[in-house]
Amino acid sequence: MFELIGIPPQALFGQLLLGVINGAFYAMLSLGLAIIFGLLNIINFAHGAQYMLGALVSWMLLDYLGGSYWWALLLAPVTVGVSGVILERVLISRLYHLDHLYGLLLTFGLALIIQGLARNYYGISGLPYAIPPELSGGQNLGFMFLPNYRGWVVIASLVVCLATWFVIEKTRFGAYLRAATENPTLVGAFGINVPRMITLTYGFGVALAAFAGVLAAPIYSVNPNMGADIIIVVFAVVVIGGMGSILGSIVTGFGLGIVEGLARVFYPEGSAMMIFVIMAIVLLVKPTGLFGRTA
Amino acid sequence: MSEEALATAPKSAETSAPLLAVRGLEAWYGESHVLHGIDIDVRRGEVVTLLGRNGAGKTTTLKSIMGILPKRKGSVVFEGKELMHLPARWIARAGIAFCPEERGIFSSLSVQENLMLPPKVKPGGLSVEHIFTLFPNLKERLSSQGTKLSGGEQQMLAIGRILRTGANLLLLDEPTEGLAPVIVQQIGRTIAQLKQQGFTIVLVEQNFHFASSVADRHYIVEQGETVDMIENSDLERNIGKLHAYLGV
Repeated sequence: MFELIGIPPQALFGQLLLGVINGAFYAMLSLGLAIIFGLLNIINFAHGAQYMLGALVSWMLLDYLGGSYWWALLLAPVTVGVSGVILERVLISRLYHLDHLYGLLLTFGLALIIQGLARNYYGISGLPYAIPPELSGGQNLGFMFLPNYRGWVVIASLVVCLATWFVIEKTRFGAYLRAATENPTLVGAFGINVPRMITLTYGFGVALAAFAGVLAAPIYSVNPNMGADIIIVVFAVVVIGGMGSILGSIVTGFGLGIVEGLARVFYPEGSAMMIFVIMAIVLLVKPTGLFGRTA
Repeated sequence: MSEEALATAPKSAETSAPLLAVRGLEAWYGESHVLHGIDIDVRRGEVVTLLGRNGAGKTTTLKSIMGILPKRKGSVVFEGKELMHLPARWIARAGIAFCPEERGIFSSLSVQENLMLPPKVKPGGLSVEHIFTLFPNLKERLSSQGTKLSGGEQQMLAIGRILRTGANLLLLDEPTEGLAPVIVQQIGRTIAQLKQQGFTIVLVEQNFHFASSVADRHYIVEQGETVDMIENSDLERNIGKLHAYLGV
């Protein structure tokens, strides 16, 4: 079969795997953006910088304190999440009565500052971060070689995405969150502390970005620009999936990663713009996105 | 009504002080000053309506009591406690529940989730089983999306979900608006039952006939002020005056 279309299976599956890995990052990042946009009505342009911070905190933890990858997986999201909570309380919460645009400008400015500081102190060549020894090596699956670490990234991101989906769609806290996304005033009038929920949601979305950053560190190396590079694609993913749709961002994230991987095999010249072409088509046909609710 | 249900209902106290006392309540929507002086007393276990023309400030009065409007002044005392400077969520926690005119059913929540959404604020709320005896339709639709219900069922859900919480003062904003006569009757019977169980209710109504069938007293609201109060028992004698107020 593979001979028929003239593609060696190693190349096809290799690119597919790369696509799934990229898709895992798209999914985790767009999920956080979707949750934050849903409840806060803020387009969090600092998301890429917060993803980068997750990777950078892991590197600092290892380099300065000798903390292992596994500690980073726990501590980097917590650290960056707490910084998000402070950011929301001190700055973002002052913008809720204003137009969306102000939130976008604030978070975009913050992203530039964070990335600029990181470039200033750590340069742009990228800091190496080794794959943890427990996850080095790989498996020969017969048709392809699967590095253990990449398998781990796919599994970890799937678990985190599905757990997030479960909490939002199936639990009491999730019901509060969905209700507050629709009508925060009424939810507040039922006695629920909506401002605190908003703060925690922002903190969680940011922690999710940092978690993705930790997972990315051994694959892409730690680079101050890593977030700026990926976030543009992630915004396209969010637009395609539908702003604010939880399941939509997960499915679209993985799906577009795979589409991009396939494009690299069959039409390498166009692979980088593939997602944007899809975005344009989706916006023309279904402006609310594939999973967005039509108002 | 079962004895068990009666036992779980909020108990009325013997105090003669009003449960809710509103004095000189003013409120603004942005720059526009919409309430100029609302004075209302509601005793424990009473059903009181706010009557008035469209735009008189009835809904705004309920929202101001609930703390939903950011800019307001005056005094709202509930169970002896001043609520004026508290955010809506604390007012809810004090035991006041609000059922908005647009019903506020959440489309991303199932009927069950909508019903269970408001947290318990006090002991003494109705059990879910009891709510199903009041509104049997809800029981069969629990897994439906909230907004897939008919208008009448959505109204039942909107009232039902605030009965669970233990709140003893219910603010109902036009619960009969746009509903079929048979549903209006059902809501009327429900309000009578809730009153019997000790709930205190403030009702905004356009449907004067409905209001007179359920309420103890009526406050007339005109241009953001309470201008008169009529006992339901005196309604016959005051009917001419009332028609002049309401312009019917």
